[in-house]
Amino acid sequence: MERCGAGGAGSIELAMATFEARIEITHRPGILDPQGANVERALPALGYDNVSEVRVGKSIRLVLDAPDAAAAEVQVEEMCRRLLANPVIEHYAIELTSTVEASR
Amino acid sequence: MSVRVGVVVFPGTNCELDVVEAVERLGATGELLWHADPDLHGSDALVVPGGFAHGDYLRTGAIARFSPIMDSVRAFAEQGGPVVGICNGFQVLTEAGLLPGALQKNNGLKFVCDTVTLRIETSASPLTLLTSPGDEIRIPINHFEGNYVCDAATLERLRAEDRVVFRYVENPNGSLDDIAGICSERRNVVGLMPHPERASDALLGSADGVALLRSLLTTAVADLAAAG
Repeated sequence: MERCGAGGAGSIELAMATFEARIEITHRPGILDPQGANVERALPALGYDNVSEVRVGKSIRLVLDAPDAAAAEVQVEEMCRRLLANPVIEHYAIELTSTVEASR
Repeated sequence: MSVRVGVVVFPGTNCELDVVEAVERLGATGELLWHADPDLHGSDALVVPGGFAHGDYLRTGAIARFSPIMDSVRAFAEQGGPVVGICNGFQVLTEAGLLPGALQKNNGLKFVCDTVTLRIETSASPLTLLTSPGDEIRIPINHFEGNYVCDAATLERLRAEDRVVFRYVENPNGSLDDIAGICSERRNVVGLMPHPERASDALLGSADGVALLRSLLTTAVADLAAAG
């Protein structure tokens, strides 16, 4: 089994903060997005014929504890690359926000 | 001694018994391999069959790739053992990095369930050893995510290295370059969306899958002989 060792947040002595990550996953440019293409064909049927470049993706929200924002970002990026997205066809964008500060 | 074909079973796999039945009718022994057990039980060839491994949650094959058995499948492939991924098994092998590219939703978002004509493009693969390039065969397909995609450089390599094993005569799903199946750089790992095990008897509408499965067994026997 591959194991995830990112973040280095093993020590309980570290002051930890809680972060919320919102990850948006879409098709990579140049890769046909069948769902986006279908929606794009459907909208003009309702009269919205000024719409183009429709992309349908996935949104994943998660909460994680990490020593700081940089460590959280590194871990979320790694999780995206290894599981949450398929880099062969998908592009991901991460938005990280700090939520509750906590010392443990 | 009969050839042992290990058939990987994830939670949600549903074509494993069809594969076992089809290979046993050709004289092999089919052995179900539960995904949580990394032991391949002396398999001479491996099949990752169709279904919905781990519910296909997140993406098809995305979770299955982390099942304990996959490290053994990877090691078996690295040693040159024949590995075939059928339908969902093809999706699992691409997610696991054993085959390049990815399979995404069919064009037009249409689930296709049909028997289609495939053209065999190379006989240099464990599934097509006993066939000839240009042969046309009738094999069932049954998938929502069978639309093969890869980047331009990968497609170039697949073509240049004669690694497109099967093409659809009439593209049913938008698959790039009509690709229905490909093989690895070493040629011992093959993935395809169509189901040869469902075309293993005329009673099923086609027996064209028999030549493919027989090719797999012949490859495994040759590998055994080569290993002494």
